[in-house]
Amino acid sequence: MSFSFATNLAGAQLPNPVLTASGCAGSGKELSQFFPLTELGAIVTKSIMIKPRSGRATPRMAETPSGMLNSIGLQGPGVDLFLENDIPWLASQGARTIVSIAGETVEDYAVLARRMRNLPGVIGLEVNISCPNVENRGMVFSCHPESARAAIEAVRRNIGGDLPIIAKLSPDVTDIVSIAREVSHAGADGVALINTLLGMVIDTDSMLPKLAQKTGGLSGPAIRPVAVRAVYQVHAALPKLPILGMGGITSGRDAFEFILAGASAISIGTATFGNPTAVTKVKNELESILIQKGFATVAEAVGFAHREVTV
Amino acid sequence: MNPRAQQIQAEVVSNKKVGAYHHMVFSVGDLAQSAKPGNFVAIAVGGASSSMVLRRAFAIYRSTERGVNGGLIELVVAPHGQGSRWLTSLEAHDLVDMVAPLGTHFGIPTEPVRALLVGGGYGSAPLFGLAELLKSRGCRVDMVLGASTASKIYAPLEGKRSVSSLTLTTDDGSAGVAGKITDVLPKIIEENEIDIVYSCGPMAMLAAITKVSESYGILHQCAVEESMACGVGVCMTCVLPVKGDDDQIRMLRSCIDGPVMDGSRVMWDSKGRIPEGTWGA
Repeated sequence: MSFSFATNLAGAQLPNPVLTASGCAGSGKELSQFFPLTELGAIVTKSIMIKPRSGRATPRMAETPSGMLNSIGLQGPGVDLFLENDIPWLASQGARTIVSIAGETVEDYAVLARRMRNLPGVIGLEVNISCPNVENRGMVFSCHPESARAAIEAVRRNIGGDLPIIAKLSPDVTDIVSIAREVSHAGADGVALINTLLGMVIDTDSMLPKLAQKTGGLSGPAIRPVAVRAVYQVHAALPKLPILGMGGITSGRDAFEFILAGASAISIGTATFGNPTAVTKVKNELESILIQKGFATVAEAVGFAHREVTV
Repeated sequence: MNPRAQQIQAEVVSNKKVGAYHHMVFSVGDLAQSAKPGNFVAIAVGGASSSMVLRRAFAIYRSTERGVNGGLIELVVAPHGQGSRWLTSLEAHDLVDMVAPLGTHFGIPTEPVRALLVGGGYGSAPLFGLAELLKSRGCRVDMVLGASTASKIYAPLEGKRSVSSLTLTTDDGSAGVAGKITDVLPKIIEENEIDIVYSCGPMAMLAAITKVSESYGILHQCAVEESMACGVGVCMTCVLPVKGDDDQIRMLRSCIDGPVMDGSRVMWDSKGRIPEGTWGA
């Protein structure tokens, strides 16, 4: 039986469903030392903002059981330098690029979307409306249906053409399905589930929070069941809405779990910190599992855990 | 980015307790040829089912291109956390997942100079290989090692061969001069007409050494210690504010833009805050 590892993510055709997660692959150069970026289904860039941004003070990281907290705070070069340096370099490598954008206002999202038109190698846009490391929790767009809708509408109106828009959502909400429905109506072609969960670690020696900014985003295998649940719920309610699944994936088995829950593609984040070749490991393992389970395509396996089973 | 970095399975050759530390030797094959003083390694800890998701970074103590077991990399490990305790519990023939060599290395002057090497705690580790290299280039090498107490000074006999003088300091006076490392620096810098200071150790110590070296107008290359999650430049956690040639301050990654940096460029007084106008990288 022939097997095809290709997948379609919200209109973006990918040779395989294994992507990097935003903010976990640097500019791409760092990982290209360990494997060619063409191995990836796509590289998802760190979240690009309008201006260069220092990010937050250190310490900005704390290891936790099967996970970590980070409060990077969207450190980045700003959109001008990103378009000047990163995009041409990624294109020169033959990488398929999904650019992640983040704004502080709805207008920021509109401005950034306009800058993303007709870029070489760019096959999609991930709209980060869920970074937990911002000064004002009220500014986490994806925590409120109205602000989530406004940010995605701003991108949709300004992107032009048919570049797929994927809205990245936070699990720190009462009902993630309602937020997914809202961004879908606002023009998102798919959703990325999930961003980190807001957390805290207190150092029992200093008796103070470990992170300089006190709170950070929790990632890694510790959050995987939360992420699988979110993917499952959204796929059950909105079966036609494509999902990019992520949250603690470190093996092909983990990735397969997300696909069974309803993800058309998956992203590897924290696992790359522990292993720079985690992405290629997951990819190879996932391919073997899909073949072994008898699937001819990735699409056949998407949401397979939702099927009715008669005893 | 260190273009020579590779991910390998390295075999433990030996693991020996030395004072408060462990001296560990790993068989790394050809990779040893590209390791330079100041470079570091990143090791996955805890085994296949580990709940520790982040790599641990260790400065390379020495590298040997050709030993009985092929290329070797030696580390000095302080077993003070869960990951380093796991590492120091390994025995000969155990395998670890290692990425090496990583980061920048100490710059070696083209002319013979008079160098002062300053190490705090097990921060002394990378200085011995550096001392050998400087000596082989005709440099005079003086060394100062400091720690809170005598057992925390790492100064193996073979390491001392390349230095013209060795001064020890301890906070509690249990070895050498009682006091801080920086107390003894002015006298040594003046008496030996030091041209350049190389240092490695806790950040507060590096900041204090920068002040001393600046007051004498001499170069200071330091290997910084920021906690890292990946070691290869993707996690953005080991950053610190550094002023560039263009006077712009940027948050640089100590794993790829460091660990060896020009001490005078680092904005030392930034723990818990970031200078106004700092850019990302």
